Amino acid sequence: MFTNAFLSGLTMGGTYALVAMGLTLQYGVSRIMNLAYGEFVIAACFAALILFTSMGISPLLALLVVAPAGFAVSWLIYRILLTPLVRRAPNRGALEVDSILATFGMLFIVQGIMLALFGGDYSSYSYFNTPVELLGTTIAANRLIVLAVALAVALAAWSFLMHTRSGTAMRAVAVDPVAAGLVAIDVRWAAAAAFALGGAIAATGGVLVSMFLTFNANIGVVFTMKALIVVIMGGVGNIAGALAAGLILGLAESFVATYVDPGLTIAVTYAIFLAVLLLRPNGLFGARAR
Amino acid sequence: MTARPALVIAAGAAVFAALALVPFVADGYGMSLAIAIANYAILATAWALFSGPTRYISLATVAFFGVGAYTVAVLGEVLPWPIVVLAAAVNGTLLAFVVGLSTLRLAGIYFVIFSFGLTELIRQVVTWYEVKVTNTVGRYVFLDTDQSMIYWQLLGLAAILYLTGYLIGRSRLGFALRVIGGDETVARHVGIDTTRAKLMLFVLSALFMTLTGAIMAPRWTYIDPAIAFNPQISFQTVIMALLGGVQRLWGPLLGVIPLTLLFDWLNANFPNHYLLILGIVFMLIVYLLPQGVAGAIGKLSRSRTKPEPETDRKAHSAEARP
Repeated sequence: MFTNAFLSGLTMGGTYALVAMGLTLQYGVSRIMNLAYGEFVIAACFAALILFTSMGISPLLALLVVAPAGFAVSWLIYRILLTPLVRRAPNRGALEVDSILATFGMLFIVQGIMLALFGGDYSSYSYFNTPVELLGTTIAANRLIVLAVALAVALAAWSFLMHTRSGTAMRAVAVDPVAAGLVAIDVRWAAAAAFALGGAIAATGGVLVSMFLTFNANIGVVFTMKALIVVIMGGVGNIAGALAAGLILGLAESFVATYVDPGLTIAVTYAIFLAVLLLRPNGLFGARAR
Repeated sequence: MTARPALVIAAGAAVFAALALVPFVADGYGMSLAIAIANYAILATAWALFSGPTRYISLATVAFFGVGAYTVAVLGEVLPWPIVVLAAAVNGTLLAFVVGLSTLRLAGIYFVIFSFGLTELIRQVVTWYEVKVTNTVGRYVFLDTDQSMIYWQLLGLAAILYLTGYLIGRSRLGFALRVIGGDETVARHVGIDTTRAKLMLFVLSALFMTLTGAIMAPRWTYIDPAIAFNPQISFQTVIMALLGGVQRLWGPLLGVIPLTLLFDWLNANFPNHYLLILGIVFMLIVYLLPQGVAGAIGKLSRSRTKPEPETDRKAHSAEARP
């Protein structure tokens, strides 16, 4: 029972971590609090579903199409819809309020489009749902794939941010956009690229999640909230923090469901989150507010 | 601002007296619209009372609203109505104190997310308690009341709210809040106890939200946690207040009336595309009316006397302050 709870918590946590990494980039670097984030995850779920059921393309191959599409769409959204808000906002607080409101409207639009296209019914498909024996318990293979991809994306994103010129530019923008501009970093480009990268990660998360989750057009908000919790727990803009916080959250939920009461898992999520927010408002690993 | 208080209060009293006559002329549909408008007018104005000057975006409106509604659902049939309302007020005030004391140190997005998380936490805990401990999913609210009574109670509450808001705007507390909204660091340096001022206003605003929930509870007949703590109520309150404009006491009302009518019309005519149209309307508001209707009106009247200030500064350039 323990290993079962542990493994399912780990795989669930991997999903949370993966989805949250995109949001932490968008919020940390581009300063856009994207409330429509979960809708993009669900849109990718539907894209994977269509590719799989109508053309028989495996979700892992579909990633090669859906992730770049997520990048392109997010880039356009940032350039066309969000840049005017960034220009107009007199300070960071105003931008935060504006971006929350704008992406809140976007949430309804994307959700409305998905409802019009697919209706409100739950859909799912079966891919790689073979049971695997691991540590004396069984687990679905697709869940292990998700965990592996989450770790791979975290590693890739972390090395990109730490060891490339573009990644360093993004970190500079995250710390101080004005100073970044002074040392000849193209702040607008870095912000747009980080936002688009976040969109690509959201799309990746959506495709992977669709392999084992039953989803409908209305559940995007769940992903947004979980991702937000993970982002704030891990520290805004902190990729490694997001990974750790996601895993912690997944494990906590899984253990509570197994040993306490399945009805309390969501309550526990929020309780942990509120406690972190009050005791360490900069995240579990954050050194200081930015 | 230059009008004499007695005159303003008398004019307000006359408007409310006229509004009290609505149940004698409106039919059932008209009454339900009037109640919806009164309901959101109180929620949005109470929301703006706190969030307007302090710029804290709270998504906890429905937490207080739901606490009020649930107090009525639990106590409504065993205690007389005034005592039930009093109990709701006490519950809401206590909750607001606890929340306010623990969260008002948080700023910006942290407060937004906290207030939303808090609402969800309360909803989950109430659901769990009802299912596990009391073995019910929902509760029936059978009270001897009708639409007109609910409307009059809401109207009375609105009158008290506007009077309170008006008096606060003219008091030291109101002035302190405007300073806090302008710059919190400056406010602290000139000797304003910012936490105390914010807490007082937060509790006051929450009290009105709780009472609204208590008054509205009998309208549903049946409530469960998903109805009483529906986050949509929080969101709609924020949208309406922001569309109207939160810098003036009467601002939110300018958002509440058109949006209540619009939501009603959308629900009746385009139930399938409701969300899509809602989203588009919302985006239009954000892009075209950033200061709300009240702000646009103020700008229009100001632009005749002096030129627009230069606002072409990037958001990224003004955040040196920690």
